[in-house]
Amino acid sequence: MMLNKAQMKQSLLAALLWLPLFAPGLALAESERIHEYMLDNGMKVLVKEDHRSPVVVSQVWYRVGASDEYGGITGVSHVLEHMMFKGTKAHGPGEFSRIIAENGGRENAFTGKDYTAYFQTLEKSRLEVSFEMEADRMRNLLLPPEEFEKEVKVVMEERRMRTEDNPQALTYEQFNATAFFSSPYHQPIIGWMNDLENLEVADLRRWYERYYAPNNAILVVAGDVEPDEVLGLARKHFGPLKPSELDASKPREEYPQSGVRSIEVKAPAQLPYLLMGYKVPVIRTAQPDWEPYALEVLAGVLDGGNASRLQRQLVRQQELAASVGAGYSPISRYDELFTIEATPARGVRIEDLERAIGKQIQRLHTKLISDEELKRVKAQVVASKVYQQDSLFYQAMELGMLETTGVGWRVGQDYEARIDEVTPEQVRTVARKYLVEEGLTIAQLVPLKQNGEVRDATH
Amino acid sequence: MRLIKTLWPLLLFISATATATPQIQHWQTGNGAGVYYIHAPELPMVDLRLVFDAGSARDGDRPGLALMTNALLDAGVKGMDEEAIAERFENLGAQYSASALRDMAIVQLRSLNQADLLEPALETFIKVAATPRFPEKVLIRERSRMLLALKAKQESPGDLAQEAFYQALYGKHPYASPTEGTEASVKALRRTDLTDFHERHYVARNAVIAIVGAVDRRQAESMAERLSEALPTGQKAPPLPTVKPLAEAKRRVIEHPSSQSHLLMGQPGMTRDDPDYMPLYVGNHILGGSGFGSRIVEEIREKRGLSYSAYSYFLPMRVTGPFMLGLQTRNDQVDTAEKVLRETLVRFVEEGPSQDELIASKKNITGGFPLRIDSNKDLVEYAAMIGFYGLPLDYLEGFNERVEAVRVEQIRDAFKRRVHPGRMATIIVGQPG
Repeated sequence: MMLNKAQMKQSLLAALLWLPLFAPGLALAESERIHEYMLDNGMKVLVKEDHRSPVVVSQVWYRVGASDEYGGITGVSHVLEHMMFKGTKAHGPGEFSRIIAENGGRENAFTGKDYTAYFQTLEKSRLEVSFEMEADRMRNLLLPPEEFEKEVKVVMEERRMRTEDNPQALTYEQFNATAFFSSPYHQPIIGWMNDLENLEVADLRRWYERYYAPNNAILVVAGDVEPDEVLGLARKHFGPLKPSELDASKPREEYPQSGVRSIEVKAPAQLPYLLMGYKVPVIRTAQPDWEPYALEVLAGVLDGGNASRLQRQLVRQQELAASVGAGYSPISRYDELFTIEATPARGVRIEDLERAIGKQIQRLHTKLISDEELKRVKAQVVASKVYQQDSLFYQAMELGMLETTGVGWRVGQDYEARIDEVTPEQVRTVARKYLVEEGLTIAQLVPLKQNGEVRDATH
Repeated sequence: MRLIKTLWPLLLFISATATATPQIQHWQTGNGAGVYYIHAPELPMVDLRLVFDAGSARDGDRPGLALMTNALLDAGVKGMDEEAIAERFENLGAQYSASALRDMAIVQLRSLNQADLLEPALETFIKVAATPRFPEKVLIRERSRMLLALKAKQESPGDLAQEAFYQALYGKHPYASPTEGTEASVKALRRTDLTDFHERHYVARNAVIAIVGAVDRRQAESMAERLSEALPTGQKAPPLPTVKPLAEAKRRVIEHPSSQSHLLMGQPGMTRDDPDYMPLYVGNHILGGSGFGSRIVEEIREKRGLSYSAYSYFLPMRVTGPFMLGLQTRNDQVDTAEKVLRETLVRFVEEGPSQDELIASKKNITGGFPLRIDSNKDLVEYAAMIGFYGLPLDYLEGFNERVEAVRVEQIRDAFKRRVHPGRMATIIVGQPG
């Protein structure tokens, strides 16, 4: 019952973290191994075969997350995710977990901006155990008030641990809320504390009834399975579930930004911290559609490894940053931020670090990236595609994300080819178009001493 | 209860579905490094994990030395500076990483198995591991970055609690000091400290080489031999001093401006080759090692909503690693949470688990066995761990059988002899009360 990591430090994720599934040349043969089905009640089923180990990952994804929420009930998707373990008519609180455990399984769930997902990893013969229980809690959740009272406290503790007592996470939350006005990405996934304090079980009930239905869910199965058998089991357990009438979600586009937004966050901390974010399109929204791939390459050039520009220039050569990172998630429902985060090196003022990052951005506007840099990013993409196949969970995760954000899993199949088409000119074009002050938000963590005074952090 | 019934047939056959466990092949290189190899031909890649008995337990009077040495391996070799090394790996799509724990220093390479990529990646990797230059200029910069990282740790109540916990448990033992070192010790690190440490510890007889991937035995032999040949033969590190049990209860409260208090409680626990390993491991699984369903999560989180994360674990190490219980909760609840945690532990030590709990835990552990070894990443870690701690080659194959053999009385007996709730260290970081 964790939150998606993306909530905390989206910007920390390596730019090329999400990568598609297959090595070049294998593409056709391999993609035949993803099977797509639709049950009569509108539930989509995706099966990815991987016969390396007698293991299966089963994930049920719902197209609902923090970006469906609105003021007053923020955090409801995530609290509901916790409550999904608290029983149905057929199973008491915690019984799902016990049954999965007895079957040697691992299970958990996560909530993101655009999705909520539940998963089990099991020895392959036990797949049906997962289906029986996921089907049951998709339609029959009880939401006992006494369990809710305890669980919402657990979530508040979770928020204290992840956000309130973590100065960088606190800064990130306020940075996000500053960057996005009308877009629902304004809201933290875990919810504002005051909303959590006033959340009621009836709010969860409404949320559950509105979004938890087979026609709003995607079943992803990856592992040592036969697709036909998976389909048969899916029909048996999920097939009888009644679909719901789903409201179309409102567009909730971000109001155009028209200049730099800058905030300070004062909090007890030792070190200052800088976050910069530029508004950028994602695969689902981009026009022309190559832009997200050029932004991916750009992120790789800035922070795709030790040889990338930010590490080399800011950390090693100029010694202005103790740490620095850039990040971009092209698989999202709404427009995103291209983020850069940094901690100044000893004795460096945060303004000087900000200026140095600005210079790196400026350089992307004026000079083309080198062929060597482009080749390096592409080589890493090719290799990472193979490495990703070492993780069954990741393979399923990627399909689920692509589907719930409205991108579609097939787009992932072309990822490497699309990256391969990116030119230095395109990278410069997206830098000039998006990495500009009109779309920039800056947040600074100002460390306070225990007595509340501002800490002089340049020493 | 319909569901439970239909599940029974599955549950009964849980161990009957056990599948072939990957075979670990083992040999020694010419100058004495142990090699542990698993052939995994499915994906066109290879993982190479090189482990030295050169963790922070070998720091001596220079805390932070093992980690700094490890972190600076790729800072320069003959003919290549740090930029050239980073470019070389990344141009090939190879992933280099290094880390240091208390027991081990780890250097790792992941590469595609295609010869024109693997060859140059391996060649660079060998230079980095065997003949690093530790340029003064880089050391100065990295020392300064490490000092900032130490400051950043001061922001985190969880990190502060860990540090105080190890100090309380280990006193003057080499496990006491943090792997990252202290402000004073990091400032004092000199280049010669690093070169001496490397010369002494990064040697063949002190090394374990684990290889997993799409390379055949002959290729693996050649890779291991080349790597080993580049290292001096050297000597195995001497045994670490044994760990003394705590003589009495200790308690330390550290003020921190956080909204939660982080609580850690524990004592020295067990070694990797401990005769009580299995009863303690399985027992702890029931106590607080298995998340939902374990007693600690049930009492702290499920019944009372006191903490998001609550747990207990043994960290088995070369010599006695810690046994630790932990949680974090709103400052004004920490007394209640501590009381519940302590009572849960005391009761478990006195009464042991029930037969039903043991059966459920065994099913979880043995039924989940295939999940532990379903990736090359997992396999290379297991292979290296088996080599490093000298566990039997059939450790993985025999694992389920050893779990099945554990009895309730053994758990009760082992916990009574080994776990002493009255003589534990308790650390609280926050603004309790």
